[in-house]
Amino acid sequence: MAKTLIHAVVLGGFSMATAALLAGGNLVTAPEIELRQSEDLQTSLSQVLPARLYDNKLLADALSIAGGDGTPVKVYRGLKAGAVTGVAYEIAGNGYGGEVRLILGLDAEGKILGVRPLKHSETPGLGDKVDPAKTDWITRFTGRSLGDPDVEKWKVKKDGGDFDQFSGATITPRAVVGAIRGGLQFFAAHKAEILGPAPTTASRENP
Amino acid sequence: MAVSYRDIVKAGVWEQNAVLGQMLSLCPTMAVTSGATNGLGMGLATMTVLALTNLLVAGLRSFITPEVRIPAFVLIIATVVTLVEMSLNAWLHELYKVLGLFVPLIVVNCLILGRAESFASKQPVLPSIVDGLAMGAGFSLALTLIGAIREILGSGTLFANASVMLGPAFSFLEMKVIPDYQGMLVMILPPGGFLTVGFLLAGKRALEARAGKRRAAAALDGPACHAVD
Repeated sequence: MAKTLIHAVVLGGFSMATAALLAGGNLVTAPEIELRQSEDLQTSLSQVLPARLYDNKLLADALSIAGGDGTPVKVYRGLKAGAVTGVAYEIAGNGYGGEVRLILGLDAEGKILGVRPLKHSETPGLGDKVDPAKTDWITRFTGRSLGDPDVEKWKVKKDGGDFDQFSGATITPRAVVGAIRGGLQFFAAHKAEILGPAPTTASRENP
Repeated sequence: MAVSYRDIVKAGVWEQNAVLGQMLSLCPTMAVTSGATNGLGMGLATMTVLALTNLLVAGLRSFITPEVRIPAFVLIIATVVTLVEMSLNAWLHELYKVLGLFVPLIVVNCLILGRAESFASKQPVLPSIVDGLAMGAGFSLALTLIGAIREILGSGTLFANASVMLGPAFSFLEMKVIPDYQGMLVMILPPGGFLTVGFLLAGKRALEARAGKRRAAAALDGPACHAVD
């Protein structure tokens, strides 16, 4: 009995000490980590929303709109003189190696300013050609919109659409083109909300 | 039992090398060694964790009763790994973006628990730290070697992106070994890891067999009392 008690005390002591250490570590690192993450987000947003289009803080002026499957989509809006000039949000498709997450930037008319992959685990040498570091395939969407081509042509050529897949890989381009099509449809469905009045200056200055 | 530091280092780096001697930690090995840089990064991260956990386990070993030692070790290891991960994320963010996925894997790296159980829980603090560093160095060497072989055959480069991970001072490591090389895809994919580890294991065995034969021959020629060695 006494022995069991010792074990309990030892393990309990260890648990408390490690919990205290972890809590302390979290307190120290949490603000830094948050800062790094918003830097990362800012970097990926700047790839699809040219800086000349807006003069506000993108991260502070984000909207949350329920997407097609009910999950909220964070829409970052670029504003100039109070009017929405460009928006960016995350889209995703199912690739060969799991989810392919991309960021899509559109101007106020719904024309694509840019698309960039954020995270993917596609096969090296095949599906990873969506990565702008490997090929410039992903840049072909710039300037396109839902009418250009028509919605039923927003597919890879193999499925009767307008966009080239790349040699040896169809699943990844299919996922990417599908995700962009979904993103454009999302914009069309929520245009009023997305382009709605800008938040007041007061709320913008207190992120 | 007293162990000489020389033996500790020799065991850690060569004789009981984590991957090529004990066949431990194969999961992180396969996962990260698609390039030499990642292998080196994972090796160094593991070495840091291993030295810290060995230090803590050896220092606290008189408080840990044998019956609860395993949960206590697991607590120590999980705490150290989590703290290392949080610090990497906060202060070495570029490195974290490369290694981020793999750092939590260190928790389940059986090498760490293995060294805590078989070495640090029985030895004083200083030899335990040396053991952690030696085992970690052996692990780093093995991972870097496997990564280098896979990277050269798979993409024709060596230490690609080393400057992203280790800082601009290390950009001299980056080289293009085979120019205009299409790459052998299989070496980048998981099967390439198994192939490389297999060939390296066979190579290590062959070297050891040759050394053993030479020692046996020397013992036959030399004085009889050496043959017992």
